Amino acid sequence: MGAVRATATLKDATAIAGIGQTPFAKHLPESEKTLACRAILAALDDAGIAPSEVDAFASYTMEETDEVEIAKAIGAGDVTFFGKVGYGGGGSCATVAHLAAAIATGQASVGVAWRSRKRGSGPRPWTNTQVQLPTPAQWTRPYGLLRPADEIGLLARRYMHEYGATRDHFFNVALACRNRANQNPAAMMYDRPLTREMYMTARWISEPLCLFDNCLETDGALACVLVSAERARDCRHRPVYVHSVAQGLPAQHHGMVNYWNDDPLTGPSWTAARRLWKTADFSPQDVDVAQIYDAFTPLIPLSLEGYGFCARGEGAAFTEGGALEIGGRLPLNTGGGGLSEAYVHGFNLITEGVRQLRGTGTAQVPGATTCLVTAGEGVPTSALLLRS
Amino acid sequence: MTQTETTTTTTTTTTMAASGGGDRADGLLAPVPDDDGAPFFAYAARGELRVQCCADCGESRFPPRPCCPRCQSFESLWKKMSGRGRIWSYVLPHPPLLPAYAAQAPYNVVLVELADAPRIRLVGNLVAAADAALNSVPPERIRVGAPVKAAFHETDGGLTVVRWLLERP
Repeated sequence: MGAVRATATLKDATAIAGIGQTPFAKHLPESEKTLACRAILAALDDAGIAPSEVDAFASYTMEETDEVEIAKAIGAGDVTFFGKVGYGGGGSCATVAHLAAAIATGQASVGVAWRSRKRGSGPRPWTNTQVQLPTPAQWTRPYGLLRPADEIGLLARRYMHEYGATRDHFFNVALACRNRANQNPAAMMYDRPLTREMYMTARWISEPLCLFDNCLETDGALACVLVSAERARDCRHRPVYVHSVAQGLPAQHHGMVNYWNDDPLTGPSWTAARRLWKTADFSPQDVDVAQIYDAFTPLIPLSLEGYGFCARGEGAAFTEGGALEIGGRLPLNTGGGGLSEAYVHGFNLITEGVRQLRGTGTAQVPGATTCLVTAGEGVPTSALLLRS
Repeated sequence: MTQTETTTTTTTTTTMAASGGGDRADGLLAPVPDDDGAPFFAYAARGELRVQCCADCGESRFPPRPCCPRCQSFESLWKKMSGRGRIWSYVLPHPPLLPAYAAQAPYNVVLVELADAPRIRLVGNLVAAADAALNSVPPERIRVGAPVKAAFHETDGGLTVVRWLLERP
């Protein structure tokens, strides 16, 4: 009482000490629970930390393996922090952010974040008509706006109309991700090059979005291990520090059907970005490599604008001239991303960010020391700045 | 520009609750209105396009919700719109889709910015007539900015949905 206490700071207080994953495929025979355990145990082994030391868990509300099942299967110790974040792929970075907050404030010591999903062989969520949410689905689904591709397609068409973005800009995104996947033996599209002709003649999913504007459908699981910065320095690999974190739910935002406010094209990335950069020691021009959530190609230009790499309306033009390739202005999704490595609600973007800052990426950006990782744009989102 | 219904939401929801939901006989999905949305569909059944407004500060809001995000009042009313708007964006969905939609694909889904409330953009279908198919307007006739007017289509399940006709077909 009476003493002035400094606000606990998250900046560089924690680090990702371990990463793990299963293979990625259209179909894996094992259950989501088994895959989750494999990815988590691989991440703990990567860190050199015993499962019995784990005392914190974080995942997505859409994750179907819960902490009780995971903790008892892997042999975790007494767990003192656990939480789940909503909004599908918007929660990816927030799982790490919540663990960072818990560890920095002394609520736990060894945290595990994970995502396990059989979206490749399992059902497409939009085919379940029994779980249509009254709000906002009563205003959208009866008209045949059924899938995320349709919902984002409406924003994409408007973006093209307002700013002169073209399908070639979206192709630039798809190609950069595919090129990186072609360098990554773990990627589902490792041996499948993409050409402009393939893109321009591909079947439509929801015009203006074609097949290659959509992410993959993947079975797979990933995990990472978070500890204090001090502890991380004693682990097996070079620590990757969590430099800044943020979530973003803008005023009057409506989720993926963000059609009912002044400016639907100003998405949650703008909100997350303001907080993210406010507490960071570096700025967008200092980012060496970016892992930007890519469920759909148009999310990249929208996110480039939101996170401050260019001005409003310039995101499409930013992709020109090989800007997103290795050696370009901002190498993007260097493992192949959701478009070409695996779509596991963006968790592979976190693990790839760690690899880049360890210097072990399959398409390594030379000397990378800073990385932006983002979660799904177009839904309540989250983001991380990582540094080595 | 608009007429104003003088009853509050509290009254209208009890007397005008829209029932329905689930699958329609034609296989298309019927709206599943929540408590806040029910008056919209009840008015649509009368051939009226109305949006919820704050009874105290007048701010319109969509989707409908219990209180005003501007002044926090729980009193609301439903303001009649002219039914005119412009296409703000559109998509043409192709399979894979639910079977009844796949049967009409590619169809259009338009987002219509209301002339009377530009921040409100209603999702709907551009059709050749109120009861026509979802694919009844050729895609090349659809463009961003095209003026449209509301039409009302009673679904097989009994609920009425708002559809859109080109002002200059």
